[in-house]
Amino acid sequence: MGMIAPAIPKSWYLPSKPHKFCPGCGHGIVLKALGETIDELGIQDQVVFGCDIGCSLLSWNFFACDSTQTHHGRTTPVMVGIKRSRPELITIGYMGDGGGYSIGSQHLLNSAVRNEKVTLILVNNTNYGMTGGQMAPTTLPGQKTETSPFGRDVDLTGYPTRGPEFIAELTPDSAYVARATVSKYKQLRRFLRNALRNQMEGNGFSFVEVLSTCPTNWRTNAQQTWHFLEEEMEQYFPIGEIKTPFGKGDK
Amino acid sequence: MSLIKIALAGEGGQGVQSVAEILAEAAYNENKQTIYIPNFGLEQRGGVSIAFIQVSDKRIGAPKFSKADVVVALSERAIGRTAGYSDMNTLFVYDSGFMVKPEELPREAKKIIGIPAVDTANRQLHPKVFNIIIMGTVIGLTNVVSFEAAKEALESKLAYKFEKNPDLRELNFKALAIGKEMAEQSLKEGVGSNA
Amino acid sequence: MPKIFEANKKAFITGNEAVAWAALAAGAEIMFGYPITPQNEVMHYWTRLAPEYGKGFLQTEDELSAGFTVCGAVQSGKKAFTATAGPGNVLMQEPFGMAEAMRLPLFAVIQQRGGPSSGTVVYSQQEVTLTTFGGNGEGHRIVYSTATHQEIFDYTIKGFNAAWKYRFPTFLLGDGYQAKMREPLEMYNPEERGIEMVKTYPLVGLEGKIGEDREPQHLCNIYSLEEELYEVVMKFAAEHEAISPELVEYEEKECEDAEIIILSHGVVSRAADDAVKILRAQGIKAGYFRPITLRPFPQKQLREAINRRPARKLLIAESAYGQLDRLTKQEIYGETVAIENLFMPGVGIIDYDIINKVKSIL
Repeated sequence: MGMIAPAIPKSWYLPSKPHKFCPGCGHGIVLKALGETIDELGIQDQVVFGCDIGCSLLSWNFFACDSTQTHHGRTTPVMVGIKRSRPELITIGYMGDGGGYSIGSQHLLNSAVRNEKVTLILVNNTNYGMTGGQMAPTTLPGQKTETSPFGRDVDLTGYPTRGPEFIAELTPDSAYVARATVSKYKQLRRFLRNALRNQMEGNGFSFVEVLSTCPTNWRTNAQQTWHFLEEEMEQYFPIGEIKTPFGKGDK
Repeated sequence: MSLIKIALAGEGGQGVQSVAEILAEAAYNENKQTIYIPNFGLEQRGGVSIAFIQVSDKRIGAPKFSKADVVVALSERAIGRTAGYSDMNTLFVYDSGFMVKPEELPREAKKIIGIPAVDTANRQLHPKVFNIIIMGTVIGLTNVVSFEAAKEALESKLAYKFEKNPDLRELNFKALAIGKEMAEQSLKEGVGSNA
Repeated sequence: MPKIFEANKKAFITGNEAVAWAALAAGAEIMFGYPITPQNEVMHYWTRLAPEYGKGFLQTEDELSAGFTVCGAVQSGKKAFTATAGPGNVLMQEPFGMAEAMRLPLFAVIQQRGGPSSGTVVYSQQEVTLTTFGGNGEGHRIVYSTATHQEIFDYTIKGFNAAWKYRFPTFLLGDGYQAKMREPLEMYNPEERGIEMVKTYPLVGLEGKIGEDREPQHLCNIYSLEEELYEVVMKFAAEHEAISPELVEYEEKECEDAEIIILSHGVVSRAADDAVKILRAQGIKAGYFRPITLRPFPQKQLREAINRRPARKLLIAESAYGQLDRLTKQEIYGETVAIENLFMPGVGIIDYDIINKVKSIL
């Protein structure tokens, strides 16, 4: 029996493959899950995909979907502008933890409050990857980064941002808020599907944070990388659907 | 008609901007070139509010001016605030009931005119139409708009109030007429600029 | 588009109201805005007109968001706009930069207030540099500086068209006086005046099945190589320069034999116009030149005006400390006319100020 080639989502843009993310980076997993979800829902022609600046920008031509690049932290308002103008389009904003929780936090917070009918996917890898591994709002206590070389001191810089938790507090029941992880692929797929479904049904704001890996800046090998994701991050940031209009929610 | 420049000033809530708006509207309705610019400051309420109006037959240049033909100060504070808009060609009007120190009045004026607007409003009409008396005064001093145009503009601005209480129409028109009369009287009296 | 006005409707309204009506007449579909004085009434009037005409509005969380939502809206093919002033204009330089880099047909109204910083809420001409050359770019923008309510109406319509025709971000540069004062103007439906409104079209969210009818759109705004960026910027520069001759607008009066030319823009040009008339009546040979487009700048026309006689002096009058002055000097570099100035940052200029200045330097 020959090798079975891994299935490539139909909504991927092949000329941009292989992609440019670092080996071991979780972005590829998130974007594969997103591609499969777009295929499954049959929405490739309605999607407008917008990416932030930071590692997420490398996804700008990842999909065979209409896509746009924005600025550091400004993907949310661009997606809101598109959705408010053309409600029939399905807008997917793709950003990192720095873009979403720090430089663009006012946009995230206020679009959640307004229950904007957009889907935002935020990849949390506990650091600013593209700029060289600085401390992010999500850096764990004690975690070493380029700007917290002796470990994050919570007395000086506070505790990691728990984004889905605060967004759940800000949104009405029609919103969808979840935290997934690249270590649980099927669950990630399900959460992304729900987040897109929620927009397609016109319910409200849809937000998925995805815990992801950054071996380049964490300076970890494969085993250490996975260990940090599952044993450190997933312990600090609980996985599950925090708010969903679709039944009880997956904890 | 050559260019007429009017500055109205008073406390927020005295209706300075409303009066200016009605006057400007009346001038516009008479097909005159008109500019009305409110001096809008930081305060939503409180603080001295100034309205600048210019009316002319010809195209009007800059929206603001440094010296007015008529300045009306509707409050004691407004006197000091507007004294600078007065020069030797200016009719400077204030309420004769104000406690004013002579040094607060403008140094230069064609004429400084005290009008008992507050007192007249309180005794003969209603405190609320004090600003309409002032509007009448401006018309009496400048003929910037005809009395009829002023009445029409008042009518259209306050229609909803007049509808609820028709007595208000009479009250406002009366205030307008009294203000105009007082102004004309004051011009005849020839009170000098040292009044 | 439904008819908005009876033919040639006369009105006596504020400049902010004129913007809202003009945007409606121009077929604008959605406004994004954030409160800042003195532009607030643009939003106030728009939100009152919007439901009646099926238009959209969103009050965003800040000016960054207002600018970026406009960027998104125009990418989706809708005629969108915003209005701002002062510190709001500073924040919007970020989205304006994106519009410049991605050639988005963004239209914004700037009602200048006093600066620097919070300054005053009243008036100035201190946002010239920011509006023409703000951001980390090259000023590939179109900027109309208006002087009357009629122009606010006319150039709002023109501004939307310029933005969509040339796809450079386009600005109507007004000020607090123009925003807040009431003045007569005539409003009209552009089509009835023979003004063709440029059709909008989407840059994302296109018709058709991807892979069968069309390729996906990938709008790029960040480049891996400096050479890539260089090519893009050089292309934009060449295009901006190429369209400049058809874009530049100006007013010139009495420059043929002028000894001194008064250069001003926006609302100050009204005072300059009066000053020139008065000076002429007094036998002083004064001329008047006013750039209507500050970007691109009518530099060729100004050089010609200066060299007619030639003029001995050029007096630059502005409610700022040298912003028009700097812009002018870089545009007419090499001319030997003596340049004088009347800088009154953040306050109005009247004919009297200009006349006095002229007499003091002649």
